[in-house]
Amino acid sequence: MKKHDAIVIGAGHNGITNAAFLAKAGLDVLLVEKNDYIGGATVSRNLHEDWIYSNCSYVCSLLRPEIYRTLDLAKYGLQVVPYGGTVTISQNGDYLGSYIDHDVSRREMARHSHRDADADVRYWRDIMRQCRFIRQFLLRTAPDPASFKPRDLLELLHIGRKFWGLGENVIYDTMRFYTMSISDFLDEYFENPLIKAAHAGSGIIGSALGVMSPGTAYVLLHHAMGDVDGTVGSWGFARGGMGAISKAMHDCYIDHGGQTLAGSGVDQIVVKNGKVTGVALENGDEHHADIVVSNMTLPRTFLECMDPADLRPEFLDKCRNFKIRGSSGKLNIALDGVPKFTALRDNQELMYTDMHLIDSIERLERAYDDWKDGTWSRDPYIDMLIPTLTDPTMAPPGKHFMSVFVQYVPPKVKGKDWTDADRDAFGQTVMNQIEAYAPGFKDLVVHAEVRTPRELENEVGLTEGNIFQGELTMDQLLFNRPIPGYAQYRGPVKGLWMCGSSNHPGGGVMAAPGANAAREILMSLRKPSNVPEGWLDD
Amino acid sequence: MRTVHYHSREHYRDKVFPGPFYSRQKALNVNREWSRWYDYLSVPAYSCSTTEYFAGRNACAVFDLTPMTKHRIGGPDALPFLNRLVTRDVARIKPGRVGYAVWCNDEGQVIDDGTIFHLREGDYRLCSQEHQIDWLMINALGFDVTIVEDTHDVAGLAVQGPTSCAVLKRMGLAGVENITPFGIDFFDFEGTELTVSRTGYTGDLGYELWIDPGHAEILWDRVFEAGELHNIRPMGSDALEMLRIEAGFILAAEDFMPAMQTVRPSHTRSPFELGLGWLVDFNKPLFNGRKALLTEKENGSRYALVKLDIEDNKPANHSYVFDMKEKNIGWVTSAMWSPSAKKNIALATVEAPHGKVGEEMQVEIYYQRELKWSRIMARAKVVKDAFWDPPRRRQTPPADY
Repeated sequence: MKKHDAIVIGAGHNGITNAAFLAKAGLDVLLVEKNDYIGGATVSRNLHEDWIYSNCSYVCSLLRPEIYRTLDLAKYGLQVVPYGGTVTISQNGDYLGSYIDHDVSRREMARHSHRDADADVRYWRDIMRQCRFIRQFLLRTAPDPASFKPRDLLELLHIGRKFWGLGENVIYDTMRFYTMSISDFLDEYFENPLIKAAHAGSGIIGSALGVMSPGTAYVLLHHAMGDVDGTVGSWGFARGGMGAISKAMHDCYIDHGGQTLAGSGVDQIVVKNGKVTGVALENGDEHHADIVVSNMTLPRTFLECMDPADLRPEFLDKCRNFKIRGSSGKLNIALDGVPKFTALRDNQELMYTDMHLIDSIERLERAYDDWKDGTWSRDPYIDMLIPTLTDPTMAPPGKHFMSVFVQYVPPKVKGKDWTDADRDAFGQTVMNQIEAYAPGFKDLVVHAEVRTPRELENEVGLTEGNIFQGELTMDQLLFNRPIPGYAQYRGPVKGLWMCGSSNHPGGGVMAAPGANAAREILMSLRKPSNVPEGWLDD
Repeated sequence: MRTVHYHSREHYRDKVFPGPFYSRQKALNVNREWSRWYDYLSVPAYSCSTTEYFAGRNACAVFDLTPMTKHRIGGPDALPFLNRLVTRDVARIKPGRVGYAVWCNDEGQVIDDGTIFHLREGDYRLCSQEHQIDWLMINALGFDVTIVEDTHDVAGLAVQGPTSCAVLKRMGLAGVENITPFGIDFFDFEGTELTVSRTGYTGDLGYELWIDPGHAEILWDRVFEAGELHNIRPMGSDALEMLRIEAGFILAAEDFMPAMQTVRPSHTRSPFELGLGWLVDFNKPLFNGRKALLTEKENGSRYALVKLDIEDNKPANHSYVFDMKEKNIGWVTSAMWSPSAKKNIALATVEAPHGKVGEEMQVEIYYQRELKWSRIMARAKVVKDAFWDPPRRRQTPPADY
């Protein structure tokens, strides 16, 4: 059988990005995908009549603009439309809106706390300081601090220089920031419960940590460090759903001679004499290449798709210990019309934005208590959007798609596997929660897809349903991601590489792990890198 | 009367609100162009910024400064609170006096500049460009002070220029001519209290009038009635910008970055770097930034803010500044052709040790003629004094014109 230069496993956005850069560099690349559609968690699915769902990831900000440009994704049809703003709806019928317009946002905060409205300037200054610091490392390979290779030493020096360049006080702030809980962090700026709750949500989305858990301040940063057209912290809709991103990437990949096989997953990554030789698919086919790149999660790659005899036990143990706990679920809902939130009766404009149902830090923490107790939150935190108010392509006129992200949802229910009955009960909890804020909501529901960590793992391959392919805490970030000593995309077996979000800089539809891995692979082949460096911002 | 209703859920329907003088401004704003100053509609130019500028230097120009952030500070600890907040000695601002002040963070970097009005014994008004409640409340911990932002509760009208005193006298403000520069007086006006301070942002003879917003329109009418014989004109922000550059006054977020919103820590400035060292009083045992500023005084500053007198006549907006060996040493923050000084002037930031009075530099000026861009390197000299500083600014009582 024909031998490829490289085989990439998993046609999620990182796998396609990786494959596209390799194909662009002239390699003969085969991309294999277990589902019969591409996209992984960056996908648009037609699951009910004329509705298109972004049924996993649902908004775009982190996608590196350097990759967007280098792969010419605009030419391949990708358009990201910023929606601007958020609203946090409280149980008492009030809300806190945030708007693109700075003065309107300030007045809106002042409606709840005059002091907080002003403190917000200080807050965003400090968040933006951290964003500036972290953004410059997204398209760089993390150095190995234990290595004495010149490249690692130079990169360490580079990071060190940037770090000291922050100035004495910002260094203190940075050390604290990376270890603080989002709740403690917010207490240093704000006094109003609703304002704190509105900011706190981004500290826990996708994380199996509570707002009071140390390390959640960084999770907030992970959600703030992206941009749309240079506006840092801004989020947008991919026109046509998130699948438009993977489709554009894939069209680029195909244009550069790439091949894709969808419909059969990898049974095993084949290793002979300590070297990777290819993959064996579940359908029995084998494909050969000296380079195999896994876009699967760390545990799925090494604990499920490799022969343990090919791996060192200590490495396997670290894979087993990798924190990749599911914490969220999702409802994708087809609606017959626009729901009417009681709190937003006089402000329909905020329906276009990212809507949250929460009003205090304490409620968020109690929602997490349920997760620790092995159940989904009885009073869940909800992050929902109606992209069809902006995007005319995803539902028939007058009909709407609503993306409802829910936290917390455990990977197992009271230690047992999810059942369909559990899933339906979880779905009802969420529906009831929304109904409580928007009476009549349930009557508008035409179809709903309910996804628990079980569905996310089974359908998308995200271990335990963790949307970031691994927890975003300091022990699993930068040179510690996924495992110390393996943070440079190179696997423990010759020819094996890793390009998924389990790797630096982590999850979100960023495409940076896929691109960074491609750079490392090309470098190992002594080929010039075609992967962009991050744009400078001094 | 409040003009902006923060607590209304409806506030978002308008991104910007009419100020207390809006009805009068609207009638006079024949350009029909409005700009935004925080929550308020502001006028860039009523009809012609040049005419309005000359009203300020030749007769009397009236500017609505209501949107300026204002705070009322009182309580037993008001003085010690303010004294620790700002760099200068506030005890020297006696009741009925106004003092220019600057305040810093712990690193001695400027958060904002503004004016402290000592209205009556222990009763202060702090005016600033930026919103300061967060910082003021942080500073208030442990002090017995009351701090209220009253931006929307006080209408402000600047009456500036050589005939401004004559206008106020004709309005019937008896004794207004006796207010010395940076002095305050109070007058009965249409059943309320009108506060008049001899202050302004023009570097010329001028006054600022403060009143409750409910009396704003009648105040405007009385000022303009009285001013009719004294060549009065309303003035927009474009003309004010020209007047303040000529006066050598700096503007937050234009000539320096306020520390509270500066993401890049090295982009902030200390009072010394802004030429405001005279506002720093090390005789005070403790104030925000004292230690850092003392160190800076000993070790030297990173930057200097300079006034430049530039050859040629092309305004040096957004220009790079070079030394005589073509080394880039800074950039221009504000620039204009000065119609009153008949000079090409600029405020610029230069790296230390540059910026000594008399030092020669070069400014790279890009200018456009019928769409075509050209570039010159113009020689410039650092000057000490404001480009415009007429004796009438200090004269008490002032002449009628």
